[in-house]
Formats: sequence, structure tokens, C-alpha cells
Amino acid sequence: MRKIVIIGNGISGVTAARHLRKLGDDKILLISDESDAFFSRTALMYVYMGHMKFEHTQPYEDGFWDQNKIERVRGRVDKIDPTNKNLILADKQTIDFDVLIIATGSIPNRYGWPGEHLQGVQGLYHKQDLEALEASTPKIDRAVIVGGGLIGVELAEMLVSRGKKVTFLVRETAFWNGVLPHEEASIIGDHIKKHGIDLRLSTELKEIISDDNGSVAGVVTHSGEQIPCQWVGLAAGVSPNIGFLTKSAVETDRGVLVDRHLKTNLPDIYAIGDCAQQRHPIEGRPSVEAVWYTGRIMGETVAQTIMGMPKEYSPGQWFNSAKFFDIEYQTYGRVRAQKQKNEQHLYWSANNKALRIAYDKSSLRMLGIHSLGIRLRHDCIDQWLNEGKAYEYVTKHLQEALFDPELYRSPVKHIQQTFNTQVAV
Amino acid sequence: MTSKTRNTYFFFGAMQAALGLLVLTTSLFNKNSQNWLLFVALTLLVMGGIFYTHALYDRTLPGIKNNGVWHKGLSNRGWSAWLLGVVLTAFYVALYWYPETLGYNSQGNNSGLVGFFDSLSLLLNGKPASQWFVYGTLYTLAILVFGYKFLHKYRHNRYQVVRTISVMFFQLGFAFLIPEILSKLNPQYAYFNMDLKNMWPLDYDFFYDWHLNNQINSGSLGMFMLLFGLLMVVLISPILTYFFGKRWYCSWVCGCGGLAETAGDPFRQLSSKKKWVWKLERWSVHIVLFFVTVMTLAVLYSYLEKNNNLLGITQNSFVYGCIGLIILVMALIYGFKRKALNKDALITLGTLGTIVLALIIMNHTADANQLFFVNSYKLREWYGFGIGAAFSGVIGVGFYPILGSRVWCRFGCPMAAILGLQQRLFSKFRITTNGGQCISCGNCSVYCEMGIDVRAYAQKGEHIVRSSCVGCGICSAVCPRGVLKLENVATQNRMNNSGLIMNNPPDLLGGLKKTL
Repeated sequence: MRKIVIIGNGISGVTAARHLRKLGDDKILLISDESDAFFSRTALMYVYMGHMKFEHTQPYEDGFWDQNKIERVRGRVDKIDPTNKNLILADKQTIDFDVLIIATGSIPNRYGWPGEHLQGVQGLYHKQDLEALEASTPKIDRAVIVGGGLIGVELAEMLVSRGKKVTFLVRETAFWNGVLPHEEASIIGDHIKKHGIDLRLSTELKEIISDDNGSVAGVVTHSGEQIPCQWVGLAAGVSPNIGFLTKSAVETDRGVLVDRHLKTNLPDIYAIGDCAQQRHPIEGRPSVEAVWYTGRIMGETVAQTIMGMPKEYSPGQWFNSAKFFDIEYQTYGRVRAQKQKNEQHLYWSANNKALRIAYDKSSLRMLGIHSLGIRLRHDCIDQWLNEGKAYEYVTKHLQEALFDPELYRSPVKHIQQTFNTQVAV
Repeated sequence: MTSKTRNTYFFFGAMQAALGLLVLTTSLFNKNSQNWLLFVALTLLVMGGIFYTHALYDRTLPGIKNNGVWHKGLSNRGWSAWLLGVVLTAFYVALYWYPETLGYNSQGNNSGLVGFFDSLSLLLNGKPASQWFVYGTLYTLAILVFGYKFLHKYRHNRYQVVRTISVMFFQLGFAFLIPEILSKLNPQYAYFNMDLKNMWPLDYDFFYDWHLNNQINSGSLGMFMLLFGLLMVVLISPILTYFFGKRWYCSWVCGCGGLAETAGDPFRQLSSKKKWVWKLERWSVHIVLFFVTVMTLAVLYSYLEKNNNLLGITQNSFVYGCIGLIILVMALIYGFKRKALNKDALITLGTLGTIVLALIIMNHTADANQLFFVNSYKLREWYGFGIGAAFSGVIGVGFYPILGSRVWCRFGCPMAAILGLQQRLFSKFRITTNGGQCISCGNCSVYCEMGIDVRAYAQKGEHIVRSSCVGCGICSAVCPRGVLKLENVATQNRMNNSGLIMNNPPDLLGGLKKTL
């Protein structure tokens, strides 16, 4: 019986633990500095907005861990000693391991902005970030959010729900336009403004200014404009949380370097989730993917390998989803914000709904599909992508892929008409 | 709408509703005799609801409106919730056991609140009001006013809109207006149930002797209601449940469900999702099913004796006919659906078996006045007191602000147990999980009024086929990632996964590991 130690109890670490337990009887130990039990990070926003209580973000009841003999330790890992196969925690406790899985997730990016460590400047990633925001809330009249991505828009929604004024600084010319093509980015941008957010596109943060007590008093933008505020949310992306590995023998770059079996350079040490970086990036995917779903898939995969059924990490067709205030977004395969050389798009939109299909100009195969305000059937589209269906097939059979609730008016006919005229041109 | 008009709307809405309630309350003390005042009071309540709704939602964009639900005392068991619970409970206690405190007088003229409603009652059904008329009117009003609010809250979701119009329609038309008007048109008939949608076993007195007698003695209308009631139980309901799941009744038609979905909506998140509560629910709902079935059959058994074996059915042939029917149902289930039996379904089967045993004991121990060694009329009195009044009324609605809106439907309703067994085993309905898109956020579980831990299935990529699901569709509505969809799919492979989330085949997992 081996002792398998997992650092981090987010979706990656916990999925690995669950699958390890399903497959065998090894000792399993989860270490977390953040929380006693697994919770859904993506649901923190709903706790702040009052949609749920923190306990609701925990998918498993208290008895679950004992029942399945998954031990938990609360503590911060300071150092890894691979030769002696043990970990040293901040409280000097040492923990031995036979197998180690590093699943430490991410930390919010800070770009060395002046004032970025003032009271009231924070990101939103950990449970502690939520607690800090809750503590700051009574003092906030206006908040400034920096960074036009998913966490930024979540923060905006959260603060507005509590009656705060929000200024949202986005460096790009449209919201999230590194991922969303211009049309979709504008739909979301307009929607954000409709919710009363002061959205500033093409605006960068220059510095954060302090009051006499070392708390935030405002921000200065690149154009020199001063915006008084009591709180600043940093939402300019995240990076692997690997600070504790700097002096260890574990090889790192931006993240912990792993091969396709999620093995690090050292025997019996694996890394999964946000903190892992593919040494040889998988075709068409970035080497670090900080997404719930890839974390879960890596957790499933690494458990197989550790249990003697070596399995390569193969994330399959890319998919993701998000919600921007009231507009849901789903994406499958690859739809690029900027069309690549051989890529052609079909696009439809009406009333805050949109659908886009990207296809390959020469083979006519669908490369990807995404939607705003329309739910799509994952298994159906996954199959079409795997089978390399042409965009014509997809357009024709679109109704089968619709996942909107019953009785919704189907936009499919409208979409088909629009696409047909686009193709004709 | 500017924030100033919004505040004005709030103010007007609250004032009108408060005034309406004040008029109703003062009538308790015999203060109000003018007929027009009742219409003023009811109008104030309706207008209050309308103003309040527009104040809440007009300035908002269409979308989920759950901000602050757990921050507000009323929706998070604060003192206001307890106060409301106490007031509602007191009202139910008065209604069921002390109607005279409401002014009801069976011997002469009504006074108080009931007397206040005489004019409306005379207009609709031609008789002075009873406490049940007052209750029915207020109940219908609550479904209409809070339904109006719900329609605005979920205006972006067409399933919710159509479903809510449906419960409002069935309450106003089928439960309220049609029966009242029919009894006005037929004043010569004694009371019997004229709500076409109210069926046995939820309507537990349908097969009571007085009820059958009243129906049989009420000409073609009575016979129609009797036959339609039977048809609902044996034919219409099973067919509709097969195609749509039990939601066709529980969240589209039923009056109890109607109130839960509208007036109860602000409390849906309070239902417990703990595993032990699911266990409790299994037991309690089946105990009620057992009692209602045995009691009904016992009453019919006595009825046959008194009516000299009506239609040539003897007591013996009745008992063994019923036993044969139940065993046939059990055999069919076991024969065709052995593999789909989960604990919920197994317990329903066990309950049916126990009912068979009880019938045999009854047939052998019965004498002229006693069944199960007690008077069969005592048996039904107890049921009426314990289940009909205390459970479905006092706890079922009075405890909305504490235990959530579907306490009765979840722990007590015998109909829900029967429809649930069918939904689990013989129905096309399921909630489909959309591949691997679940992020385990838990909105679905929190807002499930039936206490189903929807997320536990969704995060494993499993579809949801649960006996207790009433198909309200809120889990699908609140899901931020488009993961859940209520569907009527084929009965084959209804529970298979899409395979986009890795799951080992269940037979690999022993005992404890099942929850993984």
C-alpha cells in the first residue's frame, strides 16, 4: 500500500483522489492551505451575490472523506524533498510520500503596478480572496476592476449585485477580444454597460494611489485620468502557483513541466491542473490551460497512470463555457477571434444571441462552434468535430445540437437562412 | 423606470397590500359588513402585488434574480421568516380545527372573516361562505398574484412562463371557478368534488362512502365526475406521466404544486439536500401512501357491506381483486424493470407488498364494525386529521418559510409517490446533463425545491431520473453553464452517460465507493 500525497484540493486534486480511491486501496492524503474541504471555485461569486452560502459550494457532504478514506491535512507546503520523498510544511511538519501529485492551481497575475500591494487591492481566486472582498465591502463606494477576462466580468457582476459603482478597465479595444471575435465582444460589452458598469475599453492601469493609511484611494490610467475608488480588483489573468518549488529539483518553466503522462522530471512526482505545463504542447492547445475542465480531465488521467494503467493526457475536443451577467457562452472546438489563414466563419446574431461556426476553407470541415445565449449539446458537437463533419452538415442538423430549455423558440431556421446567404456571397 | 418611480412603486405596492390585509384582519372582529369593502380589499391585494412586482423587476434586465436570497432574513430563516411561519400556521390551525374563530357558523349566519366573504360566495355558488370558500379564494388569489410576480422574475425563460400560466389557469378555472359555478347551477346536489384535476390519492376522500353517494345521487354531473375521477387515476395520469414525467401534474396542474411554485418560490432554496433527509423522505412518503391506500380500500370494503355488494361485487372479490391487481403491477415491474430499480423504487414496491398483506389481514379479521380491530371510520378520521390537515396544510404551507416550499409534496403526498415510481420506471422524462460542462457550482442543488442534489449527478455527467423530481425546471434555469435540460427522451438508455466525463462502470465499485 503506497502513500499518495496530493498538494491542493481543487478540482484537479480532488478528481485525482476520487479516481485513485475508485481504482485502489492506497493511502490518499490531500493537503490544502486554503480550505478543509473541496469547494467549487467557480461558485465563489454566487456566495458573494447571496445566491448561495459557502457550504453550498462544497459538492460532498462531510462524511464523504472519511467514508472513502481520503485523509485531509490543512497546511502550507514550504518545500519538497524529492530524495527523501517528503514534504515540509510551513509549521515544520514533515509528510512522507511514495507518490506525489502537485495540484496547486493558480495565483492572480500582478504586473508590478505601483500600489498593487495596497490594502484593498486583490484578485479573486482563493476562498481567502472572497473573505477579503467581503471585509472590504462596507467601505466600497466605487470599485475599479483591471483586466477584461472572465474573472473581471465576474467581479463586476458581484459588486454591482451589492449596489457598488464599478469602473472596468479593459486594455483591449473590445471585451475579451483575444478570445471573442469583434461582434460577440461588442454584444458582451454593450450588455456589461447596460448593467450600469462604467466600461473603459482601450484603457490601461498606470498606478494605484494610496490614502494616508495605506489603503486604496484611486487609480490612475495611462491617459493620466484619476478615478477615485476604495477597492481595486486585479483580473489580468492567472499564473501557475509554483513559488514553493523555486529551489527544488522539480523542473519548472511557467508551470511545472510535465510529459503527456503528467509526470515531472522526477520519479513518482506528477503535476496536474492549472499549475502544470506541457513540456511539448499538444497540437492546437496552449501549454498551460487554467480551466476547470482540463483540471478535471488531468485528475482522471493521472489516477489511471498511477494505478498502473499508463494513460496519456488527451483533453479531446476543446470546450468551455462562461456566463457574462445574463448571457451564457459556450464554445466547442476552435473559433478564433482573428481568423487564421485557412479559416472561414459563418455568423448569426439577434437579441443578445449569437452563433458562429468556424470551418476550414479547403476541407470545409467545422473547426469549432460557439454561441451566446444558445445552449448547445456537448456530446453531439463533440461527435461532429471528431467525425470531421463539414459546416454544411452542421448547419443542416443544427436543431439536433440545440440544448435550450423546452418551449424556447428555436433560432435554427433563422440561423440557417443567414448562413446560406453568407455562403452564397 | 427611474429609481424614484421604483421607490414609489414599492411604497404603493406595500401600502396597498398592507391595507388589503388590514381590512381582512379587521373583518375578523366583525368590523366589516359592507359588501363593497371585500372587493376593495381583494383589489388592494392584487394591485399591491402588481405594483410590488414592477418595482422589483421593471428596471432589471431579463435573467436570474437570486441576488441577496441568502442575505435576506425572509428567505434565509430570519425572524421575519419565523413570524410569517407562525402567522400562516395559526391561520391553518384556525381553518381546520377552529373555523368558528374565523366567523364560520354552520347553524346560522356567518360573521367575521367568513361572513365578510358571504357576498362573493353568494355571487359565485349561491350559498353563504364557508371557511373553505374563504380559503379557496385566498389560495387562488395567492397563486395569481405570486404567479404574476414569478412570470416577471422568469420572463426570459419560456418554459417557466408557460408552466406558470398553466398552474394559474388550472387553479383559477378548474379548482375555483368551475366548481363554484357548477354548484350554483346545480343547487339541489349535495357536495362532491368538482375539481376535475383533483384526483385520488391526493384527493383522499374521493372514495369515501358519503362522497360516492353524493356523486351517484347527483345525476349525470355526479356520474361524470365519478367516472372522470376513476379515468384520471387508471388511464389519463399513467399515459401523461409516461410521456412527460410526473411534472405534467406536479408543476403544471396541481394546486398544491401551484402554490409552492408561486407563493412558495422565494423559499425553494430552504429544502434540505442532506442524504439523511432523502432517506426520511423515502420512508415518510411511502408510509402516507400505505395509509391512504389501506384506508381507502377499507372504506370501500365497509361501503360494499352496507350497500349489499354494489354492482354484484362482494367484499371477498373486492379484496382479492385489489390484491390481484397490485400483485400484477408488482410482477410487471419486476419482470420488466428489475435492473432499473433503485432504492426509491424498491421501497415503493415494498409498500405495495405491505398493502397486500394489510388487505389479507383486514379481510380475515374484519367483523361488522371493525377493520384492523378499529372502526374504519375512526381510521379515516385519523388520516383526515393527521395527514389531510396537519401534514398537508399546517406543516405543508405553514412551514414554507422554514422548511421550503415543497414539504408536503416531498414528504407526504401519496400521489407523488405513485407518480414517482412510474417516473423512475415507465416514463420518457429525464433531466439531461450536457456532457462535461458542469462546474459543480451547486446552483441547481440549492434551488431544487424537492431537495434533490442535482449537482451530484451533473458533475459526474449522469442524467437525472429521480422519483421525486417534479420537473419545475428551475435547476436548468439557474445553471450558469447550460448543463441541464428537461426532456422527454426514449425510455431506453435513459440513464446512460455521454461518456465525456470518465466514470468507471458501477459494478467495479463496491459498497462505500458508490458515492465517489
